[in-house]
Amino acid sequence: MNRVILELRDIQIKRGGMQIIDLPSLSIEAGEFLSLIGPNGTGKSTLLLALSCLLKPARGHLLFHGREIRNNQSVIDYRRHVAMVFQEPLLFDTTVFDNVASGLKIRGITQKERSPLVEEYLERFGISHLAQRSARKLSGGEAQRTSLARAFATRPEVIFLDEPFSSLDPPTKEGLINDLDRILKETKTTALMATHDQSEALRLSERIAVMKEGKIIQIGTPAQVMNHPADEFVASFVGVETILNGTVKENREGTIVLDIGGHAIEAVGEFRPGTGVTCCIRPEHITLARFSTDTGSSARNAVTGKIGAIRSMGLFYKIQLDCGFDLVAYITRTSLEELCLKKDDEVIALFKATAVHIIRTTG
Amino acid sequence: MDLILAGIKQAFILITTLDPEVLGITLLSLKISGTATLISLFIGVSTGTVVALTRFPGRRFLVSLINTGMGLPPVVVGLFVTIFLWRNGPLGFLEILYTPTAIIIAQTIIATPIVTGISLAAMQQLPQNLRLQILALGANRIQMIWILIREAKLPLLAAVMAGFGGVISEVGASIMVGGNIKGYSRVLTTATVMESGRGNFDIAIALSIILLLLAYIINLVLTQIQQRERPR
Amino acid sequence: MKLRKCLVYLIVTVLAIGLLVTASPVFAASVKQKNIILATTTSTQDSGLLDVLIPLFEKKTGYFVKTIAVGSGQAMAMGQKGEADVLLVHSPDAEMKFMAEGSGINRRLVMHNDFIIVGPPDDPVTIKMSKSVKEGFKKISLGSALFLSRGDNSGTHAKEKAIWKSSAINPEGQKWYQQTGLGMGQTLNVASEKRGYCLADRGTYLALKKNLGLDILLEGDPLLLNVYHVIEVNAAKWPKVNAPGAKAFSDFMVSRQTQKIIGSFGVAKYGSPLFFPDAGKKVENLGK
Repeated sequence: MNRVILELRDIQIKRGGMQIIDLPSLSIEAGEFLSLIGPNGTGKSTLLLALSCLLKPARGHLLFHGREIRNNQSVIDYRRHVAMVFQEPLLFDTTVFDNVASGLKIRGITQKERSPLVEEYLERFGISHLAQRSARKLSGGEAQRTSLARAFATRPEVIFLDEPFSSLDPPTKEGLINDLDRILKETKTTALMATHDQSEALRLSERIAVMKEGKIIQIGTPAQVMNHPADEFVASFVGVETILNGTVKENREGTIVLDIGGHAIEAVGEFRPGTGVTCCIRPEHITLARFSTDTGSSARNAVTGKIGAIRSMGLFYKIQLDCGFDLVAYITRTSLEELCLKKDDEVIALFKATAVHIIRTTG
Repeated sequence: MDLILAGIKQAFILITTLDPEVLGITLLSLKISGTATLISLFIGVSTGTVVALTRFPGRRFLVSLINTGMGLPPVVVGLFVTIFLWRNGPLGFLEILYTPTAIIIAQTIIATPIVTGISLAAMQQLPQNLRLQILALGANRIQMIWILIREAKLPLLAAVMAGFGGVISEVGASIMVGGNIKGYSRVLTTATVMESGRGNFDIAIALSIILLLLAYIINLVLTQIQQRERPR
Repeated sequence: MKLRKCLVYLIVTVLAIGLLVTASPVFAASVKQKNIILATTTSTQDSGLLDVLIPLFEKKTGYFVKTIAVGSGQAMAMGQKGEADVLLVHSPDAEMKFMAEGSGINRRLVMHNDFIIVGPPDDPVTIKMSKSVKEGFKKISLGSALFLSRGDNSGTHAKEKAIWKSSAINPEGQKWYQQTGLGMGQTLNVASEKRGYCLADRGTYLALKKNLGLDILLEGDPLLLNVYHVIEVNAAKWPKVNAPGAKAFSDFMVSRQTQKIIGSFGVAKYGSPLFFPDAGKKVENLGK
């Protein structure tokens, strides 16, 4: 359905002799929202800069609508069809109105044609009332809205966002994310965002790419990446806390039984018995119960274990269990209080077969 | 104390009667220092911007040269310009020693490192990503440089004021290369030195007051431009 | 908005070009032969005589005279290097050396004025009673009063040194002998402040008299004569020298009309002339 709007081939970026980005290929479809996530310093921002042609790679090709961007003139041409927003608003020392108009001014669009566009995007981002305010006198949220309005006013085909929300407080962030989501859908703009906040990525993206040391390790839908991480790195980065090794004992039509630390664990997959596997279980997919009769759940797996540690993670609690193998579960405060859980208590950990995701086989 | 009062009185008289000689000297000071500042503005801002925004081998050495140049003793500049412009010197054929042009040259050499050094610092303290943001908005290189200069206009105007202040008050080089010739290359500072050398301290004080007033008015105008809040 | 910006740029550029053009007489008709560089001394310039003579000369001949007023030493150094066309100086010993080495031609006597010894009105060492300037200097050297010297190798300083020498006194380093390194007017001010004695030319003293607390205590001694010569720099040695211009100026200085003006200069203001015209006379006959 979607055409490829932007394509990278064999991109390599070096700095100080070290390889920063090594990407054989990346295709971005028109209208999609792709997030780049990964630890700090992994090259997300650098990749965005390369994609927006603000950084020249040592090697590689960038194709826009199938045509390669090569010489200086086509670079400026390309830049005028895309937009970029940084973590800092980087506004000019003038009014909000003039800021939003600056991209259009640069393109030589006359005042008469500019005004309606500027007013439209001020309206869209809810900052019309700030039009005559000096950029120096804006709050963080207002400034970032201005920066976004400035980017969108040029009606780009692709917009690049480099950690745009990371300096905002949660309620401001929430409001802005919602507005951005709406506007992107209205304008059908393709978007690429680099972020270290996974909830943002999950909220806005159709696809997520996980980066490590300049390479993309996995790219897929949020569900794919979160629930079926490609390897341990991705798994631990996306918040999977339980990674286990085991052997396939049985294989019955799509369901397999694994031997993990002496326990029989049911999982989904097609593997021959005897195969060694590494699998992971997301902590949110594990529920805890005191007694087996309390369950009433359809979970196929029920393992008893002793609570090794209970740690507050702010909005929920992380429970570390020793079931013969290590298991990490997240529960809410309410559940913790209802179950009266304490260290060294014995509990039953319940999880579905589908919660067990096989990362790879080990021979 | 009465000397200072006599000087103030003298200044008042000279200004209100528009004494032709003093008027001529004042206008000449303005013309010469104004031209030198303008030229150093063009050279200084462009050089400072280029050095701030680009990387090239030997850049750090150049920056330290510029910073050293900011403290260049004017009288040393005067000496070397004189040696170059002497009839029998390398540029003697130009025959511009003891002319206002020579003073402009010397003052430009004095002011340019000052304007360059401050412009360099001004452009360097702009946010790192601002340059990228401007390019991302689709600007070509000229547009980008122009916008960056506009964003740094506060410290850049300070650079101009520093350059102007440095040359309007300069005397050593101006005497050496200008010759302090009456009605031709005599400026406020050189006239002040001459008058105090003659012992005419009241006239010297009067000229000093006029010089201070001149410098104040110019800087007032420049400060207005620098600090003005955009209306609208 | 764009139009206004363009206009601003235009105005600024026009102003800049205007400044450059008007401030630079390179664009004016400064043909080589029209410029004369006259090296003279600060005391000559300070007397104001040249402010009267130079415009007359320029009007008469169409030359443009660049009067560079420095110390006698520097003036002659400029002549030695061919950086000046004509000299008007008053340092006879140095001048003789200058001529001897072939740096100048046509050394002509122009005028003289005299030096005076000034000091505090109460005259603590009573040099007023001295019969000669040598005697007066001897009295000062006994050490109970200050003597202020210019100490800048100017013509005045040279004259002062000559008098010390002929009195067989060496004032250097003595506590009562202070060298200012300044011009005549400033040195007089220092002498006035410190209530000391000083050798000055009559012209500068008269000009500043009302602000100084000094009186004339010794005058008239032949040793105190200050003789001015005009010397053309030798164009044979330095081809870039404006020989015709130098000659024109030299001729002008000894011309009858100019000599008359010299003789009357200062009378209206000070009651007596500051200079005495001497063109054509012999040096030995001066002052008699």
